[in-house]
Formats: sequence, structure tokens, C-alpha cells
Amino acid sequence: MATTTTLAIEATGLRKSFGEVRAVDGVDLAVPAGSVYGVLGPNGAGKTTTVRMLATLLRPDAGEARVLGHDIVSEGDAVRSLVSLTGQLASVDEDLTGRENLVLIGRLLGLGRAHAKARAGELLGAFGLADAAGRLVKNYSGGMRRRLDIAASIVVTPELMFLDEPTTGLDPRSRNQVWDIIRAMVAAGTTILLCTQYLDEADQLADGIAVIDHGRVIAEGTPAQLKASVGSGALHVRLLEPGRRPEAARVLERMLGTAHLEPDPAALSAPCAEADRGAEAIAELSRSGVGIADFSLGQPSLDEVFLALTGHPAEEQTPEQAIEQEEGVR
Amino acid sequence: MSATPPVASRGDEVADAAVRQALASTPRPPGASALSAALTFGWRGMLKVKHVPEQLLDVTITPVMFVLMFTYLFGGAIAGSTGEYRDFILPGVLVVAVLFTTVYSGIALNTDLTKGVVDRFRSLPIWRPAPLVGSLLGDSVRYLVASTVIIVLGLILGYRPPAGAGGVLAAVGLVVVFSFGLSWVFTTMGLVMRSPNAVMNAGFMSIFPLTFLSNVYVDPETLPSGLEAFVNANPVTFLVSASRGLMEGNADSGDILVVLATAAALTAVFAPLTVRLYARAR
Repeated sequence: MATTTTLAIEATGLRKSFGEVRAVDGVDLAVPAGSVYGVLGPNGAGKTTTVRMLATLLRPDAGEARVLGHDIVSEGDAVRSLVSLTGQLASVDEDLTGRENLVLIGRLLGLGRAHAKARAGELLGAFGLADAAGRLVKNYSGGMRRRLDIAASIVVTPELMFLDEPTTGLDPRSRNQVWDIIRAMVAAGTTILLCTQYLDEADQLADGIAVIDHGRVIAEGTPAQLKASVGSGALHVRLLEPGRRPEAARVLERMLGTAHLEPDPAALSAPCAEADRGAEAIAELSRSGVGIADFSLGQPSLDEVFLALTGHPAEEQTPEQAIEQEEGVR
Repeated sequence: MSATPPVASRGDEVADAAVRQALASTPRPPGASALSAALTFGWRGMLKVKHVPEQLLDVTITPVMFVLMFTYLFGGAIAGSTGEYRDFILPGVLVVAVLFTTVYSGIALNTDLTKGVVDRFRSLPIWRPAPLVGSLLGDSVRYLVASTVIIVLGLILGYRPPAGAGGVLAAVGLVVVFSFGLSWVFTTMGLVMRSPNAVMNAGFMSIFPLTFLSNVYVDPETLPSGLEAFVNANPVTFLVSASRGLMEGNADSGDILVVLATAAALTAVFAPLTVRLYARAR
């Protein structure tokens, strides 16, 4: 990768307020064409509002942005003809069947009647919805609805796709299916802007990530860079007996300087830059007779990154942010 | 929590290669024309009627109730005979039944907005008013259904329009044109209000007085003078007089003109307003 120098999205100083609430407060983005770019942040951070501005659904109060070379305010039509949006609310028509939804979009995009029908059939097959094609969407499961939503976004292959929290509320299996689809789209050359509040999702899919909080980008880089910016690595240990944790913590403190107690009562971790030191610490734990269930030595997770960057965990949400979120969605 | 890579469900339901194939295969056609986009949205409205036929119940049962109730309950008292009253109110009930359904244009739009499907439409490169114009086209089918129900019921009950089929068709046409204009008012409401229920309440609160305080059920001359003045200025009164005239073969062109002008004025004010509100909706 890193051969592309063209930017699919170039935004500077985007701002949007809803009444008193500053949903987006000066967002800069530079998204290389052909990549998956993750916009990572908790509920109400301003992700949805940012995407809605870039997709020309909301007009920014200030700042400017070019999407695939077109200004989002003055060249909205050009932008709309090149992008697709899969919103946070599944934007499909519940009172129609899956097939009718796709034919509708195909017709609106200018496909002929026969072509639109054929295309709908092709997509339903590819997305595992062939059996449900004739059923009303209101009877679909969350995962099916999501897949239909994404299918509707690629009836005509977009150059850029906005995916706003594509797996929120999905079970793990449906989530994996959506991830597979996203990977396939990237392989086919579509640029994707992926908003998510799930750190592992960004980690799994994104080439670059912007961490956004309170309407601002607070960090940017590849997943590896972000992790490196927080610390070089950590040793994670899970014990057989939670009761032995204080004992284990003392050993890790002695060997590695500090030890963190994890939410899991049997787990603890410690910063650890060198693998050798980690191995010694494990050996020492083992010698002390504390039973170890499993251990791993790795880079910090994006959870830890988020905590280090913002001072609060990713899942936390203040009432003010809840309002922001509400405004952003509507 | 250590980062364990989740196992992707290959070949499960979503075929990777098929998705890739599907992505590669469709170049962008030149966008749909304004007319074709609007007609496609009209088709969407038809599909909804097909899948949720219950929504036609309001359109069919209410008018039937109106005709039966007013004819047999009040006919004798108001006009001395049910037959005479039936002939008097049938064109009026036609107007009332169709005007009531215009509120649904606003409710449907608000429902789309609440469900998020509007985001999809607004992110498409189409003629911006197409979703609105299209659904109003679809709604005209509803108007025609309501009109047909009334006329057929009237015929069954013994109503014989003096101006024949031509007169009836002209009256129905006029009512549909007026409804098309009026429905823009409710689509505006649909974009401003918070929920489909709010639109329904506000819509019926305004349509009730508008239709009841008219010459549909009684001769305005029997009313107290203040009320009579209101009734005589009410555009619905003109619409009722015009439809009655067309069905009886003695239409006043002045009435028809007022109706058309009102429809044009409503469209001129509320259609652009609706389109603007839609473009920047939530």
C-alpha cells in the first residue's frame, strides 16, 4: 500500500452546531483513495454528524471539504453521484421486499427495468439474501437488514462509501459477515470511510484511523502507530484462581515496575517493552506457584489507546454527549 | 482483553468472491431523468399499497360510513327525505373523503423521515423533489380509490348523477387536482413535526373544521351569520359547489376557477417550502 497519493476526502476545520451543542468542532481529515479509513470515537463524539456533512446531507457551519475532488457544498450533485451512504439507521424501506428495495435504488440510479432487476438478483445472491428476496424487510433480522443496506449502497459501484457504524447492534456472526463484505469491497478498490465505536472493528479493518472525541480529531495514524504512541507493549496474564491475583500483581510489580488489575477478576497486565523481560516475568510467576491460565505479550489494544488519549474509556457517555448523539442522528 | 483476531466466517452465507464480482460489475449509468425518478417513487407508493392493503381501509371504510350515516341518520331530518339528502351530500362526501386522505401524504413522509430511508434518497444523485412528487403521484391513486368507492356506493343507493359519467369524471378530476395542492400543506407539516402521530393529530385537527364548516352537509343560509361568512369563504365550499355543479350539469365556472386558483396557490407556496425543508431535513 502507500502507493496512492490522491486523497478521496480532504476536510479542514469542519464545524457543525445544533443549538448550543457543538457536535463537530473543527474536524480535519485526509483520507487516501483506496483505503479503509476508520473514524473512531464513542457515542456522540461527532462521527455521524461529520459523515452526514461529507455525504452532503448536512451543510457545515464552517470549514470546507472536498470529496473525490468535489466541494461538498457547491458541488453536492457531483459528490452524490460518486458516493454511497449506509447510515446508522438502516436506510431501507421496511414496507417493501428486499428485491423491491434494490430494484427501486437501481431504477433511481438510472438502470433500465430489466437491468435493475438482474442487478438486484445478483446482489441478493452475493449477500446471502436470495431466499429472503421476496419477504418484506420489516421481517428481516438485524444482520439481514444491514446486508441489504450495504447491497443498496453498491447497486452501482460507488467510488467512496460511507459506512456509519455498520455493525452496531449485530450479533458476532452477522458482524463477521459484514466485515467480510467490507474486506471484499476494499479488495475491489472502493474507498471506505468507516465510523465505529468498536475499537477492534477499526483495528481489524482500517488502514488509517482518526480518533475523534467531543467533535475534534484527537489522534491520527495507522492502528500500529496509535498503539505505539501509547506504549510499546503489554504483558497480559489470566490466572486460574482470581484469589491469587494480589500475589501475582506483586510479582509483576517487582519484575516489570507496575501491574494493572483488569476488569476480569482473574486478569492483570503490565507494560512490557521487551519480550525477554516478559518471559522472565512469566517464569517468575510460574515459580511462585500462582497458576497461570494463559498469557500473551502484545501491543496495547485500541481500548488502552483510547483511554490514554482521552482519559476516559471509549464506552463512556455523558448526558451532554447523549444529546449530541441524538441531534447528530436526526 | 488481549486482541484475539476473530475468525471470519468464510463461505458461510456471504460469498466473498460473489461480493467482489457484484462490486466490479456495474458501471455508473447516466442518472435517472426527473420524470423517471418521480415515476419510480410513484411505483414505490403502489408497492406499499400492495403490501399493506390495510392502509386502503381508511380510504374505503370512512367514506362508506359517511355516506350511509349522513344519508340515513340525518337525511330525513335535514332534507325531509333520505333520497333528496343523498343526492345533496354525495358530491360533498366525495370531497370530504378525498381531502381526508391528503393528510396521509404528510404522515407517510414523516414516517420515512423517522425510519431513516430519507437519508438514502437524499444521498442519491436524483432530481431533488422526485421523492415528494412521486409519492404525491402515488397518493392520487388513493384519491381515485376513495372517489370510486363513493360513486359506486352512491349508484347502489340509487344516486343518478344528472350530468352522467362525464360530469362525475370532471368532478373527481377537480377534487384530485385540489387534493394535490392541499397535500403539499401536509407534507410541509410532515417535515416540521416530530412524529407521524403528531402529523396525524395536527392534520385531522385542521381538516375537520375545514370540511365540516362548509356546505357539504347543510345549506349555509341556515347558519348564524358569522359562521355563514366563514363557510362562504372556505375553499372547500367552492370545491363542493363546483363538484355538485359538475355532477348535476349546472357548474358555475367561477367556483371552478376559485378551486383551481386555490390549488395553484397552495402548490406555489407549500411545494417549494416542502422541497426546501426536505433538502435540509434533520
